[in-house]
Amino acid sequence: MRITCPLCGERDRREFTYQGDALALHRPAPDAGDAAWDDYLHNRENPAGDTRDLWYHDPCGAWIAVNRNTITHAVTHTALASKVTS
Amino acid sequence: MRIAGKGQIDRNKPVNFTFDGVSYQGFAGDTLASALLANGVVLMGRSFKYHRPRGVVTAGSEEPNALVTVGDDPNLRATTLEIYNGLDARSQNAWPSLKRDVMAVNDLISPFLGAGFYYKTFMWPKSFWESVYEPIIRRAAGLGALSGKSNADDYEKAFAFCDVLVIGAGPAGLMAALTAAEAGADVILADENPTTGGRLLSEDEVIDGQPAADWATEVTAKLAAMPNVRIMTRTTVTGAYDQGTYGALERVGLHKPTRAGTPRECFWRIAAKHSILCAGALERPIAFPNNDRPGVMMASAVRSYLHRYGVAPGQSVTVFGNNDDAHRTARDLEAAGVNVAGVIDTRTGVTFDGNAPCFSGGRITATTGRHALESITVEHAGGSRVIRTDCLAMSGGWNPTVHLTCHMNGRPEWSENIASFVPVAGAIPGMVTAGACQGSFDTAACLADGAKAAADILGASAPAIPDADNTAYHITPFWAVEGKGRKWLDFQNDVHVKDIKLAAQENFRSVEHMKRYTTQGMATDQGKSSNVAALAILADATGRGIPETGTTTFRPPYVPVSIAAMGAGAQGHGFAPERLTTSHAASIARRAPMIEAGLWYRPSYFPQPDEATWLESCNREVAMVRNAVGICDVSTLGKIDVQGPDAAAFLDFVYANTFSTLKVGKVRYGLMLREDGHVMDDGTTARLSDSHYVMTTTTAAAGNVMKHMEFVRQALRPDLDVQMISVTEQWAQFAVAGPKARDLLNTVLDTAVDNETLSYMGCGTCQIGGTPGRIFRISFSGEHAYEIAVPARYGASLFNVLNAQAEAMGGGPYGMEALNVLRIEKGFITHAEIHGRTTAFDIGMDRMISRKKDCIGQTAAARPGLIEPARPQLVGLQAVDPDDKLTGGAHLFEADATPVSLNDQGYVTSVCWSPTLGNHIGLGFLANGRARHGEVIKMVDHVRGVTTRCTVCDPVMFDPEGGRLRG
Amino acid sequence: MGYSGFKVIKEGLFGQKGWKPVWRDPDPKAEYDVVIIGGGGHGLSTAYYLAKEHGITNVAVLEKGYLGGGNVGRNTTIVRANYMLPGNSEFYSHSLKLWEGMEQDLNYNTMMSQRGVMMLCHSDGQRDYFARRGNSMVNQGDDAELLDVEGVRREAPFLDFDNVRFPIYGGLMHRRGGTARHDAVAWGYARGADQRGVDLIQNCEVTGIDIAGGKVTGVQTSRGAIRAKKVAIVTAGRSGQVAAMAGMRLPIESHILQAFVSEGLKPIMPGVISFGMGHFYISQSDKGGLVFGGDLDFYSSYAARGNLPMKEHVMEAAMTLMPVIGKAKVLRSWGGIMDMTPDGSPIIDKTDTEGLFIDCGWCYGGFKAVPGSGFSFAHLMATGNHHAPAARYRLDRFRTGRGLMDEEGTGSQHNLH
Repeated sequence: MRITCPLCGERDRREFTYQGDALALHRPAPDAGDAAWDDYLHNRENPAGDTRDLWYHDPCGAWIAVNRNTITHAVTHTALASKVTS
Repeated sequence: MRIAGKGQIDRNKPVNFTFDGVSYQGFAGDTLASALLANGVVLMGRSFKYHRPRGVVTAGSEEPNALVTVGDDPNLRATTLEIYNGLDARSQNAWPSLKRDVMAVNDLISPFLGAGFYYKTFMWPKSFWESVYEPIIRRAAGLGALSGKSNADDYEKAFAFCDVLVIGAGPAGLMAALTAAEAGADVILADENPTTGGRLLSEDEVIDGQPAADWATEVTAKLAAMPNVRIMTRTTVTGAYDQGTYGALERVGLHKPTRAGTPRECFWRIAAKHSILCAGALERPIAFPNNDRPGVMMASAVRSYLHRYGVAPGQSVTVFGNNDDAHRTARDLEAAGVNVAGVIDTRTGVTFDGNAPCFSGGRITATTGRHALESITVEHAGGSRVIRTDCLAMSGGWNPTVHLTCHMNGRPEWSENIASFVPVAGAIPGMVTAGACQGSFDTAACLADGAKAAADILGASAPAIPDADNTAYHITPFWAVEGKGRKWLDFQNDVHVKDIKLAAQENFRSVEHMKRYTTQGMATDQGKSSNVAALAILADATGRGIPETGTTTFRPPYVPVSIAAMGAGAQGHGFAPERLTTSHAASIARRAPMIEAGLWYRPSYFPQPDEATWLESCNREVAMVRNAVGICDVSTLGKIDVQGPDAAAFLDFVYANTFSTLKVGKVRYGLMLREDGHVMDDGTTARLSDSHYVMTTTTAAAGNVMKHMEFVRQALRPDLDVQMISVTEQWAQFAVAGPKARDLLNTVLDTAVDNETLSYMGCGTCQIGGTPGRIFRISFSGEHAYEIAVPARYGASLFNVLNAQAEAMGGGPYGMEALNVLRIEKGFITHAEIHGRTTAFDIGMDRMISRKKDCIGQTAAARPGLIEPARPQLVGLQAVDPDDKLTGGAHLFEADATPVSLNDQGYVTSVCWSPTLGNHIGLGFLANGRARHGEVIKMVDHVRGVTTRCTVCDPVMFDPEGGRLRG
Repeated sequence: MGYSGFKVIKEGLFGQKGWKPVWRDPDPKAEYDVVIIGGGGHGLSTAYYLAKEHGITNVAVLEKGYLGGGNVGRNTTIVRANYMLPGNSEFYSHSLKLWEGMEQDLNYNTMMSQRGVMMLCHSDGQRDYFARRGNSMVNQGDDAELLDVEGVRREAPFLDFDNVRFPIYGGLMHRRGGTARHDAVAWGYARGADQRGVDLIQNCEVTGIDIAGGKVTGVQTSRGAIRAKKVAIVTAGRSGQVAAMAGMRLPIESHILQAFVSEGLKPIMPGVISFGMGHFYISQSDKGGLVFGGDLDFYSSYAARGNLPMKEHVMEAAMTLMPVIGKAKVLRSWGGIMDMTPDGSPIIDKTDTEGLFIDCGWCYGGFKAVPGSGFSFAHLMATGNHHAPAARYRLDRFRTGRGLMDEEGTGSQHNLH
């Protein structure tokens, strides 16, 4: 498996650490309530198909949002997490 | 029997080898199988279940029968094992000898050992499974044996990259590689054989007017001369993975006498932009009664032995087939002067254009010969007759080698045209198929396919295609002869037609059920030759078509891969990196036992000559720190440098407590939570300037904390102007602890410190012999203590200087054991306590979670379940009787309670003998523990057989006021 | 029909003609008392215990592919009850007791072989952690022995004890643990359920769950609509997709766990051994294959196949732990889809929809749970009350933080296990 780091280019999967769904980028406010925090921390769409998740590129320290397919493992797009706005 | 003038072996280089202790001679270029056949040896193995005598059936890696052990290496295929002088091969799964194998008794009772019989019996009496039945089964099972000795050979792993990976160097692969290379691409051409050419080496064909094998040699030479081509022979591509990654196994020294320094095998990881699968096809057997006798083999294998190795596998050969390749075999044999006793074709209205009699519409209904084939019985339109023959070449047609295309869940499609499965386009992204592996069975088509595939990928123009044989392939499917007798499908696992029918009869109709119930296709060859026929028979037995019946899945690896190859480099110390502190050599010189701490090594204790046990050393080191001064290398703690205008705001967000209020020149203990509200890590963070902090983490969590902080910075708080970097490796840091710590430091510092310039929890810069460093007045021992940090290159020197000064003051170095005692006495926690399930509430720090700001974990830590009094809470424990031990991992109960789950109230996390308190003490977690100080409870350690009454107390068991810290 | 050694001999003499189908292939009826979605190990055992323990036999098991084709057919076959935390401890203890009587109960040889499970430790801290776990096991009434290095050497002299990156400090031995023949477990439960009248319906994919007024009324399938009073979701690997049909979002991410088998070899190791400095566990099957596995591939996936980095890591762990198997050859590797929950422990619970129940989130521990899960889930569905050993497997524990069961101590958040 190979993933493109926006800073370093295409690299082997061994260089990356996985962190799950990119909804982690959208942290609720402290007072958002139980349900919002339960959804943020625990509940997942967990799609069988297209998803966006977060990977850490260990050598350069970049957090990357990766558009990926969970059935085929195709990687369609990668972007720095800090630049992701939606 | 050798045939003069035939084969690509080097007859000038005889090779001496032994098989089961008997000496034989072959030639360079022989495989073990070809050399044995040349010597008239046909019995090469025993089957798995019934121990039936078996001979070689193929000439390739798909061989199910002829498996041997060489040295300590079991299950090597005689068909791919190249012989060398001194090779000593042994047969397997037979005792006392291959010819007289007592386990062959299984074959006599085989009517009772049908498919899945073991699921229906061996259940009574209940205790007999482990004690009687299973041990017998286990001893009988298995093929080769491991030696029981540790691997002593070298193996390697490597990476390779290319534009185009061509898998298989037959006619399609050679043309593909040539086309791609001439278009300028970086090409890797991999083939599992010692030489390129594929089937061209095994056929009597002509390409562009020259013998096909010569054409292959010529093209190979041309490729080898190109700088952008790498030819990897003896290299089997074993698996296809995501984004164009392939695994491949190269036999580097396996075919030579063992020599130190030469790896036996190398496992390659190849990243390819494109790949072209030119893996060819495998011929399949026909099921007929006793079709497993030694001497019955694939027709294509007979041609391989004839053309590649110059061996006639028999003196009087018969041929049985349902397609034209059977005839080709008979023709080639006759041309080489080998007697062909008959051509049996299942098709009607067929004639043979050679000398041998042809039995059109024929069936083989019986065979004889125990250790070697002696005769066959043929039934045909003209009646029945027995033919004396010592070799039967069979051809049930060809199966394209689609395996790699299935490795990413691709399902091949049934092709009526060739009565087999062909790959589906796009099954592996970036891979195209060419030649026989996609059903193009004539050489001309293979050459054209290969060229076109490469040209299409690269947008290049296809080169001229050489002239070659373009005879069309005709097959009429024929799977099994009807009638009595066992008609074998999976030779190694001893699955026959009736087993498949029994599976269907018992409603194991799904092809996966059939496979799992009968073990069809689960042997070392993974059903490469036998699967298609088996599922054709299942389809017939269940009244379905083959496409509807479906296939089982081919999974990696294509050929078995030794664990040593794929795990190369890890044996012994190679499994993980070794991180050494700058004081490592000095610690070793002081005879300190070094223990693993994550990837680091740290000294356990520093023994003195008069000390017999680690405890004596530990007790001395503890007393030394409490009474004088001790030195400890703490460089393994993670150190993260945090800088920027928003550094304070950032730390307020990642830490539960507040750091923006910390004054410059001060240090504060920090508690870090995970977002789920549990404790992630702790440590101290010093503020060096308004915009500059340096954080420490625990040794174990350093990497995770760094990753976490980068996540917070980049993903959650990109609004903050802050940067960070790990400086763990850049600084060597030493604890100087004990009442004489400051006196010691002032002997090495360029400018002395006192309580005014550096009070408790103060920090600043310092100079040691002109070298700038940092100094922190912090303590993990409860003593007046400092940590002094210098650039790592000065670490070894400073450690020695500090120890020399300490020893002059009645102190010296201390190790992990003493460090642990010192911190337990003070109730300081480590990852034994913050083990991932503990909350701030559990360790009595919930009030540290500031409510004035948002921080990671704040909201989740307030969940009701995380702050309930009934949760086990951190407590100190002291033995009621100092002679009684406390043990880590023991559970806690009320004093009179029975030690069972229902009464379980907590557990012990850290224990030690405290020389300071003169008692066994510990830390642990006890339900509602903070309200129970003073209570006597019971500690039970079932697995160590220890029960100890202990008193619950505050975790801080020594100097609770902290006077020694500030003194 | 009953199975016995006598029957095997009789059929051997008469050409195996008397063996009957091991289960029927019925067409689905219009309505059942209970519809179980998922014909894997857990679904089949649930059906079996509904019929056997509660007399509920008007039950259909709907399976989209073939029976036992999910994780029960692609695992490393390990059975153990060596858990540490309340909740898991009592559940797996109960499950192991069911394993011990399974063959006689099912009249099917599932080859449950209690050759022991030994977990190795490589530091003092890890030894204490294993002691804590072992004490939990004994407290629960199960067996555990803390072994020192010599104890480990006696059990497994073939391990590398010398000159190794992470030396062996000792181990935790669980002698009642072992392995079983995974497919046979699915088939045994299927046969037992079928004999009691349960309809096992293969090639029947559920496409919708019918709910009216907050109550489940049936399911839509590729073979038509089926009405049901109660519906059970037991679809590990696809739990999220099926639950979504009922408007639920689960605390689950799907991950790949690979496993491996070597060529058949003469016996070299007795029971199950697990390495403590990296995920690696291994046993040898009765056929002689070394069966082993490691950690998740670590990215969410439904591909049921893995990649090279984890394969190599597993082989590397094998080489540092027991280089005697270096020349064993890996024959086949495969991947299962794991329902990973935040705390690494499962869910057996009711849902907000009346009559709809769910059994999911088995992470990589589902095989050994097959009997216990079916037993407890059947109890919940039949009685409406949680079965005591599984009473902590609640869906709401994440929201409340009560009763989290994070055995590994890595966190009750996703992607930490």
